[in-house]
This record gives sequence, C-alpha cells and structure tokens, in this order.
Amino acid sequence: MAREIGDVVLKMEGISLSFGGVKALTNISFDVREHEIRSIIGPNGAGKSSMLNVINGVYHPQEGQVTFRGEVRRDMEPHKAAKQGIARTFQNIALFKGMSVLDNIMTGRNLKMTCNLFQHALHWGAARKEEIEHRRKVEEVIDFLEIQSIRKTPVGRLPYGLQKRVELGRALAAEPSLLLLDEPMAGMNVEEKQDMCRFILDVNDQFGTTIVLIEHDMGVVMDISDRVVVLDYGKKIGDGEPDEVKNNPDVISAYLGTSH
Amino acid sequence: MLYREAGQFKASYEADQQIFPILQDRVGVLLLIGFFALAVPLFADQYWLKAILIPVLIFSLAAIGLNILTGYAGQLSLGSAAFMAVGAFGAYNFMLRIDGMPFLVAILLGGLCAAAVGVLFGLPSLRIKGFYLAVATLAAQFFIVWALVKIEWFSNYSSSGVITAQEIEILGFAFDGPVSKYLLTLFVVVVMALLAKNMVRSTTGRMWMAVRDMDVAAEVIGIRLMRTKLTAFAVSSFYCGVAGALYAYTYIGTVEPEGFNLDLSFKILFMIIIGGVGSIMGSFLGAAFIVLLPIALDVTVPVLLGDLVSASFVSNLQLIVFGGLIVFFLIVEPHGLARLWQIGKEKLRLWPFPH
Amino acid sequence: MQFFFEVLIGGLLSGVLYALVALGFVLIFKASGVFNFAQGAMVFFAALTFVGFLEVLPGWTGLEEGGRAVFWLAFVLSLGAMVLLAIATERVVLRPLVNQPPITLFMATIGLTFLVEGIAQGIWGANVRGLDLGIQDEPIEYMMENFNILISSFDVFAATVAAILVAALALFFQYTRIGRALRAVADDHQAALSIGIPLRHIWVIVWAVAGFVALVAGMIWGARNGVQFALTFTALKALPVLILGGFTSVPGAIVGGLIIGASEKLAEVYVGPFVGGGIESWFPYILALGFLLIRPEGLFGERHIDRV
Repeated sequence: MAREIGDVVLKMEGISLSFGGVKALTNISFDVREHEIRSIIGPNGAGKSSMLNVINGVYHPQEGQVTFRGEVRRDMEPHKAAKQGIARTFQNIALFKGMSVLDNIMTGRNLKMTCNLFQHALHWGAARKEEIEHRRKVEEVIDFLEIQSIRKTPVGRLPYGLQKRVELGRALAAEPSLLLLDEPMAGMNVEEKQDMCRFILDVNDQFGTTIVLIEHDMGVVMDISDRVVVLDYGKKIGDGEPDEVKNNPDVISAYLGTSH
Repeated sequence: MLYREAGQFKASYEADQQIFPILQDRVGVLLLIGFFALAVPLFADQYWLKAILIPVLIFSLAAIGLNILTGYAGQLSLGSAAFMAVGAFGAYNFMLRIDGMPFLVAILLGGLCAAAVGVLFGLPSLRIKGFYLAVATLAAQFFIVWALVKIEWFSNYSSSGVITAQEIEILGFAFDGPVSKYLLTLFVVVVMALLAKNMVRSTTGRMWMAVRDMDVAAEVIGIRLMRTKLTAFAVSSFYCGVAGALYAYTYIGTVEPEGFNLDLSFKILFMIIIGGVGSIMGSFLGAAFIVLLPIALDVTVPVLLGDLVSASFVSNLQLIVFGGLIVFFLIVEPHGLARLWQIGKEKLRLWPFPH
Repeated sequence: MQFFFEVLIGGLLSGVLYALVALGFVLIFKASGVFNFAQGAMVFFAALTFVGFLEVLPGWTGLEEGGRAVFWLAFVLSLGAMVLLAIATERVVLRPLVNQPPITLFMATIGLTFLVEGIAQGIWGANVRGLDLGIQDEPIEYMMENFNILISSFDVFAATVAAILVAALALFFQYTRIGRALRAVADDHQAALSIGIPLRHIWVIVWAVAGFVALVAGMIWGARNGVQFALTFTALKALPVLILGGFTSVPGAIVGGLIIGASEKLAEVYVGPFVGGGIESWFPYILALGFLLIRPEGLFGERHIDRV
C-alpha cells in the first residue's frame, strides 16, 4: 500500500512553556500531516521532549494552542490524549517494571476494553471473551515486533534494546493514529537501530500511522523523515524537508557551533 | 517426578490464561481445598479451629485486601485494621437494625461501608505518594477507632464501644460451633480470594500495577489515575471490611474498636511483606506465618530455655523476631514466601536435572 | 483569655517535644533519604537505656545514687548505646538495602521499630519508670504575679534545651567539615560519593546524631510523663509534624511541631467537649491530611517537578 501524505492533523501554534523562570519552549509553531513521519531534532536541552509532552498533555503550555483533528485546546490531560488516539514512547524507558512483556502490551489496550471490575472479578462470559480477543490483538503486535520468545519475561530483566521494542509494542497495542517516539534508537547498536527503523517504517506504511519522532542519529532522521523541525534553546530555527534543513545555515551553526 | 509440564501444550489463549496453567497445580489446589473443607473439620480439635485456622483465614483475607492496595496498586497503607473495624461495626449494625437481615448480605454490606470509608481516605492519594500517603492513612487509623468509640450509636450505646456479634443463621442453619464457623469462613475466604485473583490477572489488575510501576506512563496510555487508585482503595477496604466482619462474627465474638489498633495494621502489613507483596498466594502464606509464629515461640521458648525466661521476655522476643524477620525478608527475599514457593516449584519442575 | 494563653503555651511546649522527635527524622531523611519510622522507637530506647543506667550504675560503681556523676556517666553510656545502634543500623539495615526504593527502606524501618522496642524492653524490662532530672515542675512565680498565667518552669527548661539543641545542630551543619559533608550528601548522593565523601561513615554519623537528639527528647519526655511504652505512640505525632513542615527542613520541623502541639491542645480544649473528647489522638493527622491537600510539599519543603 503506497502511503499518501494527507491533510494537516496536528497543528501547534505559538507554543510557549516555562518552568518557574526557565523557558523551555518559546513561541513554536509547526504542523504534522496525516501519514507522515515528522522529526524533531536539536541539540540536548533544545526542548524536544517538552514538545512531545505538550502534544500529549503531560505539560501544559502557558501560551499557544494545539489543534488535533479539528479540536482546538491549550492543554489537556494525558489520558484524554490517549483517548483521541495519541500514543507515545519515552526517552528513558517508562515500562511497568514489575509486569511481563505480555501484560505491559496488554495495558496498551486498556482503552479498548469495556468490561468493568465486577465482570473482571467473575472472569466469566464477556470479560473472558474480551480478554482473549485482546490477547489475540496483542499477539499480533508481538509477532510484528518479533518478540514472541520473551512474552512472559518480566520487562525488568530484558536488555535495553528489547525494552525499547516492548515500549513501542505497548504504544502500538493502542492502535494509535498519532505515534510520538522519543529517541527510540538512543543507546542502540547499528543492528538494533536498523531493526527499529524497519519497525517504524512498517508501522507508518502498513497501518498508516502518523509519526512524530525525536532522534539524534542524523543519518536515520534524514533517511526516514518526510519533514523535519529543528529546535535550539526552545526556539524553532528550521523546518522543512530533510535536504532543505540540512542546508539551513542556522541549523548548521546550532549543530557545529557558530563562527561569527 | 510427578511435577512435570512436559506434554501439556496450550493450543489456545484461553488455555494459556488459566489461573493455574499446569495440570498438577490445578489438581494440587483442588486437593488442598478439599483437604481443608473435608478432612480438617473431621480431625482438627477446637483449639486448632478457633485459635489457628479461623484467624489464619480471616487475616489472609485482610492481607489480600492490603495486598491489592499496596502490592498491586502501590499505595502504602498503615490503616488496614481501621477498615476491618468499619466492616465489623457495619455488619453488626445491619444485623441489629434490619430484621431478618441475612448474615452473608450483612457482611457484604459491612464490606461496602468499609469501601466507602476507604475511598474517602483514599482521596489524598490523588495528590500525595509514598510516605506522605502512609502518614495520611494513619489519620484513618486513629480517627476511625476514635469515632467508633465516641459515637455510641455504632455500638448500640454499649460502654466503650464493645459489641457482641449476634448469632449466625443461614437458611435456618445455626453456625454456632467452631466447625461450622470454620467452614463458613473458609467458604467466604476461598470465594473472595478467587475473585481477587481474577481481578489482578485482568485489566483491572494490570491498571493497578501500571499505576504502581510508573504513574506518568500509565496516564499516557489512557489510564485514569484517580479512578484506578480509588478503585484500589475501594476493593482493598472492602476486603478488609469483610475480614473485619468475619473477625467479629466467626472468630472473636465480642470486639471493641480498640481491638482494631495500629498494631493489628502493622501485623497485616507484616503478613504481606513476609508472605509476598503483590501475591494472593503470599497473603495466605504470610497470614499463616504471622499467626503461627507467636504460638510457636510461646510453645518452644519455655521448653528450650526452661524457667530462665519470663512471659514478658517471650513477648519482647516476639517483637524482636517480627522486626528482625521484616528486615531479613526485605533484604534477602523482597517477594517473600510466595517467591520462595515459586522458586521451589521451578526447581521441582527441572528436578533431577537442573540444567 | 488567660486560659486561652495557658492552653496555647502548654501546647507550644508539648510541640517542642514533637519538634525534637521530628528533628531526628529530618536529619536522617536529609542525609540518607530514609524515612525513619523508628525515630519514635529510638526515643523510647534512649530514654529506657538512660533510666536503666541510672538504676544499675550505683550498684556497679559504688557512686552515689541520684548524684551528678551517675547522671553524666549514664548520659555518656546512653549516648554510646545510641552510637552502637547507629552503627548496627547502618550495617544491618541500610547497607544491604542501598539503592532499594524508598518505600522498601521505609518498611524496613518499621521492622527496625519492632526490633528496637523489643531489644530495649528485653534488656531493661517493660515496667513504667519515673525520671527525675532535678528540674522543678512548678509554675513560675514571676509569670503568675505579673500576667496571671501558669507556666511550668520545667516546660521553659524543655523549650530552652530544644532551642540550644537546634542552634547547636545548625552550627554543626554550617561550620564543621562533617556538617558540610552531610549537606553535600543530602544534596546528591552520587555527587558526594564521587568527590570522595564516605557515604557509610556519613550515615553512621547522622544516625548517631539523630540518636543523640532522640536521647535528649527521651530524657525530657520521660521526665515529664514517665518512661514507658506509650512514648512510642506520642512520638508518632512527629509524623504529621513532618508533613506540615516538610521532610527536609529543620525550621519546618520546629514550626510544624509548634503548630501541631498548639493546635491539638486548643482543639482538645475548645472543640473536644462537643464531640466527646479525646480528639488529640487523631487531630494532628487530620490537620496534616487537610494541609497535604493544599500544599503537598509542606510549609518549607521544596516543590517537586516530575520529569518525563
């Protein structure tokens, strides 16, 4: 299936965010189109993660507005963002350490499950059917990410690269329409990076999921992104297709240091 | 050699998601329940039933309650005994004030009262975590006991809040002897333990554990923190409440609010630490351990040391042993007896070829 | 009105004692990140050890009973016992549990509470003992005559001791090498380790200092109410004090202690009669709970931002 970049689904306008007196983001605007892979890059401390946190409601910006699928808002609660179909992974893995891989990915489906506490307690009829039906979906994710052999392992015991993969699995289990990935390849070796790239491209291609990606590996970013936003010190200094951004003098100076 | 899972293939997700996926475990649990339901009443004497088996069962239920809150949902509580008190006094008042109130309904209603109070004292958990919450639950502990003593309506205007449990009668059958009370307790506890196990292995349980392990990530995948935490408080307090009602009706008979003091709350906490935090099975093991340990000390210490020691020495020794065991388990096996049990089973599975 | 002041002052002075216990909590929490539930048990242990030595020392040494020499010898020996307790705690509880989640350490200190209580009573017995520090517990005449307010000289003495202790600790933290190391550890364990501060020694020292504070609190408290097991319950009141004052703030512990002490006495006297009395048992906790909902980090605590 050839994917087609569609209309704008997410629009950030004039976002400013500060903690106490520290400005993390200053007046940032950009948009994300349906089905595209949109990367956010920038040096450490540029405000990339803060940007993701604004998109899914973990941080509440002081100024600006976010428009997602026609709905305008300044801030929201993370669980509402999840309900609207936004899923994400974290820079420092945020898995549920005491649970197995299977259970972690199952939690990703919690919004799609409708049985209540009492049905769960009886574990009969509807609750049982639901559990098995969702297990089937989760197994599809497990197959997709090729982690069948570790499905019952507690995630705390897995190596870093696999944990990142499980976290992606948990996000995918929610069948999101917008997926936010915060440095999914940080700390990985070349092979692991290749695997992860393949998964990201497959997700984008097969499920048509829109992806917002933060990544430090420029090779990867330039290869797989449709468009790139560049942040530096909380300000936007570049925006456009990879080639455009690569040749932007501001971007070059932010990365290589200026020679004024 | 009997404990093997070779040849037991799971062909459906249904088969893979049973509580006890291994055949031998299923048989073992059934045998265990059968033993306690059929054989024990025939052979056990009054002392065993009244002083050991009934309290172990009741405390197991309370420990399951605390385990749901602390072990699964990660909210530490030092007020379990107070919620037991609410259950006991709730059930008492339903029995007292409503004619023909069925006993089982009364203890469930008592549990619901405890759940409501639990939610009320769980509200601060929305803003505070960890030790802050632990201190907040101390407020529940002291306030509830005080209220039950001071508001005399709760104890039907008896002095210092003492209540005497009414006779238990279900469908015309009077549960007045230790055997019948034991069987009644066993029934309630086994059913509720099963329901708890079902809860913790389904979405409800996964949401609790998600909030416990990383609340920000839980919220990001759409889990409502408030609802999840308050559900845990409600279910946990419900379990403690029913345990409290059983404590009054099938164990002690005559109880006062002061009986549900901070010490009892600590004991229940110790049960889950020693038994296994986040394990239903562990709640039973921990309760048995904590009930049996003082009895074992009482019996063995005078025999070993003879007249050298006084009764107060034994009670101090109890404190020391309890305290020491808590520290020991937290250091050596933070998942408690349940984990040891599991390790044992895994060893057995491979025995006699460990590799 | 003067009755109000008497209640208020009485409350403030009992608050001083809560503050002393809370101070021990804060010291340990700052330096090791451990919420030491056993602080109350340490107060009990210290007080019991002190009166225990007062009783047995004349027999052992032939010193005059109730004399100055016995008093100071008992004090020094009790202090030694607290240092031993600190060393044992570091060795047996803290060291094996380093890097465990804070809640695990908290539960371990609950175990430690039982251990310490059991050991104290195992050695010295469980009967209630009086303790006479030689300070008179009588109303100060000057205050009686001029303001018509009853204030016990003992309470004033207790407040003075507490003030001296706090001042001494502040100086110790500010101006000694160990004090600086302690503050460094409190700020950041890893960073402190990397510049060569021996964490284990620091922990022993800080637990010993907390033991010293516990000894002083236990002596004053024991002299007031007798040395008995009930001390451990009263010491629990230091927990709401901490919530009010913040876990990491020494001034917070003091102010929190005063607020809790004063408000519980005022509530008991003015609200208690309407609801049957005895509200002192829970009032501080409910007060702290209400306070938590408004300001979770306490009066002087630092606001915490969750980073993702």
